[in-house]
Amino acid sequence: MRFTKDHEWVELDGDVATVGITAYAAEQLGDVVFVEVPDIGKTVSQGDGLAVVESVKAASDVYAPVSGEVVEANGDLGDAPETVNAAPEAGGWFAKIKVSDPSQVEALMDRAAYEAYLGAL
Amino acid sequence: MSTTMNTVGRPTAPAQTNDFVHPTLTGARGLLQDEALIFELGGWDKTGVDLPSADRPADDLDGLLRTDPIGLPGLSEPEAVRHYVRLSQKNHAIDLALYPLGSCTMKHNPRLNEKMARLPGFSDIHPLQPVSTVQGALELMDRLAHWLKTLTGMPAVAMTPKAGAHGELCGLLAIKAAHEANGQGHRKTVLCPTSAHGTNPATAAFVGYSVVEIAQTEDGRVDLADLASKLGPDVAAIMVTNPNTCGLFERDIVEIARLTHAAGAYFYCDGANFNAIVGRVRPGDLGVDAMHINLHKTFSTPHGGGGPGAGPVVLSEALAAFAPAPWVVSHGDGFALVEEQVGEAAAAFGRMSAFHGQMGMFVRAYAYMRSHGADGLRQVAEDAVLNANYIKASLGDLMSPAFPDGPCMHEALFDDAWLEGTGVTTLDFAKAMIDEGFHPMTMYFPLVVHGAMLIEPTETESKQELDRFVHALRLLAQAAKAGEVDRFKGAPFHAPLRRLDETLAARKPKLRWRAE
Amino acid sequence: MRYLPLTPDDRAEMLSAIGVSSVDDLFVDVPASARRTGFVDLPRVAGELEVERELAALSARNVAAGSVPFFVGAGAYRHHVPATVDHIIQRSEFLTSYTPYQPEIAQGTLQVLFEFQTQVAALTGMEVANASLYDGSTATAEAVMMAKRVTKRNRAVMSGGVHPHYVATTETLAHAEGMDVTALPAAVDAEDAVIEAIDAGVACVVVQTPNVFGTATDVTKIAEAAHAAGALLIVVTTEAMSFGLLKSPGEMGADIAVAEGQSIGNALNFGGPYVGLFACREKLVRQAPGRLCGETVDADGRRGFVLTLSTREQHIRRDKATSNICTNSGLCALAFSIHMSLLGETGLRQVAALNHQRARELKAALEGVKGVEVLTPRFFNEFAVKLAKPAAQVVQSLADRGVLGGVPYSRLAPAAGLDDVLLVAATETVTGEDIAAFQAALTEVMA
Repeated sequence: MRFTKDHEWVELDGDVATVGITAYAAEQLGDVVFVEVPDIGKTVSQGDGLAVVESVKAASDVYAPVSGEVVEANGDLGDAPETVNAAPEAGGWFAKIKVSDPSQVEALMDRAAYEAYLGAL
Repeated sequence: MSTTMNTVGRPTAPAQTNDFVHPTLTGARGLLQDEALIFELGGWDKTGVDLPSADRPADDLDGLLRTDPIGLPGLSEPEAVRHYVRLSQKNHAIDLALYPLGSCTMKHNPRLNEKMARLPGFSDIHPLQPVSTVQGALELMDRLAHWLKTLTGMPAVAMTPKAGAHGELCGLLAIKAAHEANGQGHRKTVLCPTSAHGTNPATAAFVGYSVVEIAQTEDGRVDLADLASKLGPDVAAIMVTNPNTCGLFERDIVEIARLTHAAGAYFYCDGANFNAIVGRVRPGDLGVDAMHINLHKTFSTPHGGGGPGAGPVVLSEALAAFAPAPWVVSHGDGFALVEEQVGEAAAAFGRMSAFHGQMGMFVRAYAYMRSHGADGLRQVAEDAVLNANYIKASLGDLMSPAFPDGPCMHEALFDDAWLEGTGVTTLDFAKAMIDEGFHPMTMYFPLVVHGAMLIEPTETESKQELDRFVHALRLLAQAAKAGEVDRFKGAPFHAPLRRLDETLAARKPKLRWRAE
Repeated sequence: MRYLPLTPDDRAEMLSAIGVSSVDDLFVDVPASARRTGFVDLPRVAGELEVERELAALSARNVAAGSVPFFVGAGAYRHHVPATVDHIIQRSEFLTSYTPYQPEIAQGTLQVLFEFQTQVAALTGMEVANASLYDGSTATAEAVMMAKRVTKRNRAVMSGGVHPHYVATTETLAHAEGMDVTALPAAVDAEDAVIEAIDAGVACVVVQTPNVFGTATDVTKIAEAAHAAGALLIVVTTEAMSFGLLKSPGEMGADIAVAEGQSIGNALNFGGPYVGLFACREKLVRQAPGRLCGETVDADGRRGFVLTLSTREQHIRRDKATSNICTNSGLCALAFSIHMSLLGETGLRQVAALNHQRARELKAALEGVKGVEVLTPRFFNEFAVKLAKPAAQVVQSLADRGVLGGVPYSRLAPAAGLDDVLLVAATETVTGEDIAAFQAALTEVMA
């Protein structure tokens, strides 16, 4: 699993990357009440808005950590946005992206680097 | 002596009490009634009005008639009165106690204003009557406009915006129109300080501008160097609140205006805090190009639980021609309305709403201004600033002022540094204020101050009420520091309801009553 | 000054507590060039008596609707409002409270908003409604902006039956947002032209019923055409009392229904404050503008209400908010809700039927006048007539005879070429004598 400075995580399986927000981000947001996942087929560039996650008091954009095409979105979050709090790095994933440049994933932080980054915040 | 005595008379001393406090059996608590929704109370065929029945069926509207039940309950008059009176008792109000919401200017609402707004010559006239039949109304608008222009030192005013945010919209549309008229339509950026009201960036984005934030200095003002570095040929306007949302006067305001104009941009001033300077400082002397005035803040029209307000916008010479229709003009022998974008209004950017503005608010605001006069209004600003500084001075030793050096304007801003280690947050502290009889201050705004508590007492509080407020806050602050966390965490305990589950409300939105 | 409680002694004591010698020391941050020493050039403090006298004199120079035969509509209507309404809205706890940001001590306002939202949803036949916008015209503009967000399309079609000031308000906002508005030419009966104008690039179709000429229309076919093209149907109503007689926007397929709510609970007030009603399909609610009140429970499990879905709003979303609206029309919404509760379904249907009957009586009276032709085929309480003389001139002559006889269409749209069209309305407040007086005056004027 790789991480961005904006607290997204990416897990690459073949050329498909699953994307979510980290446990740290989920805790910062507080109780998640709504998630807007992208439409399947949408093409995104690294850094584009991918999804929106809302708690009672905050709305945050989730950025695409890699470029590619959205091939799957987590529709379960519509009825159960609380999954993002309960399992941010598992069942709370937002979308799967067919990556156009796998080297983008390599360039992201690994867990140790991300934890060091969090420690410095 | 002969005394007739009721030997079964009731005792007149309070009964012995014990420590056991039990919930009531019905949910009511003394004067506080548990009140159902009208949909649970009302009758589907009940009504609180007596009307003659139409004696002729609508036989000319075949296929257009509403035949299904609408779903509206009715109440008889006594039931209706009781329903709304019971509900009213669950609200805090300025008329009850100091209401220190920073940025909102919760001042006393004079009842004379209400009486004047209900004169039939103002309340019972139609916006599209012939102008010959509304000369007094037009003259009132003209007089109010004159007061607003004189108090702000600005040459023009657009009267139609219906609230502060609507005024911002009007101001930015005038700026956009001016740029387009001057071949500067390519300017697409609006600069706002990080401490800005949310409406500023929202309005800029609404009219198609992108928003860039300006940094703030350590003493809570616009960072001039950062502003200068961001001003450029793409900047259409800056939006600065003055006094700003930290309750401070922008010392460099004249320089801010100069830099802005030198870069070819316009200076929009958010006038939400005009109450602090009315009668003492004219925005026109500061280089402002457009500023909305919340009549429901500075000029005392009631907030009404969230409106209606009114947000006239004063405009500089450079923007005046672009003001939206309609407006009032004075001829030698009377007043007229310019309603269309032709002739003298050819440059108008359009129309903000269907009619001429918030007349009901105009009457109230004018009655207020006329009552104070030039001398009273200057005193308003002075007392508002004095009261805020008094609160800052009276709490500064226990709580942490966000900007301790120098005076504040009409509101005192504290951060939550003083709560560190107590386990009590700004929110908890605010909720405990409810138990002590006060409405909380504005919390967590402005965003630039951690755990912000923004206290605006306004000028209509007596020293006794300020002292009562200070006393309550000092007791609470001491309790927080003494480790009485439970007093705060579960608060409020004595309000009509305890803390509400906002997560549930947002996850499973229930936005209307539905029959089970 | 009677609104300022501090005494000179208080001020001295407070300055000393602050540690400054004069109030000027508190204004040191004001640049010297902008410090004003004297008073601005305006009159000085005035007592209640003096202010009342001045305002009463201004008020007396206006012709109050209730003092003459009155037939003016075109977006604002004179109805009878029960005395209870004005009494309740002047209660301190409603009048002098702020937006309900602290729900524990604002349940009064919040429960009223929840009831209001339910009433508006029922009246418009829609699933959900918000807690009000400024007025009908700004609600229309907001609805069009919302359609752009929902459909991600950039053009609105507005029927020729929409109030010209509503069109102008919408165009002003739409142009700033970079959205195109196709405003169709004025038409008394506009349905076919609207359907023809719909194509695959259209975000929304805006129709008004009853329209500005008074024409009541079943817009079901327009809804079908709009939906077939992937566009939203926005139905505008300027006379909320018509919901008591005519099919609701929801019944006819509207995606968003907006209305001017002034008719219920609110006085004419020379144009404001009014109350904008905004209702839509539930699935669109996250794109809706304005405040929403929702039901929840408190820490003890008791039912309560809060402002919810606030992440759409400016104070959280800032430049990504669905609208910049903040203060709206709370007290006017309260007045609306009280009046609606007093009417109930029974009263609403009765008063709506009375309006319709009065308008038919008016039609019968005016049809008999030489040089007057009724244009509107089917109406609620307002219709258009074609005159053999310029309508603006006729209205002025009627006013000179003490009758407020409607709105010349040219006042709303001078360039439309409809100088001979007059819009006349009759509500339950109009009497048989009023109608007779109008007929007599018009006969004289048209002679």
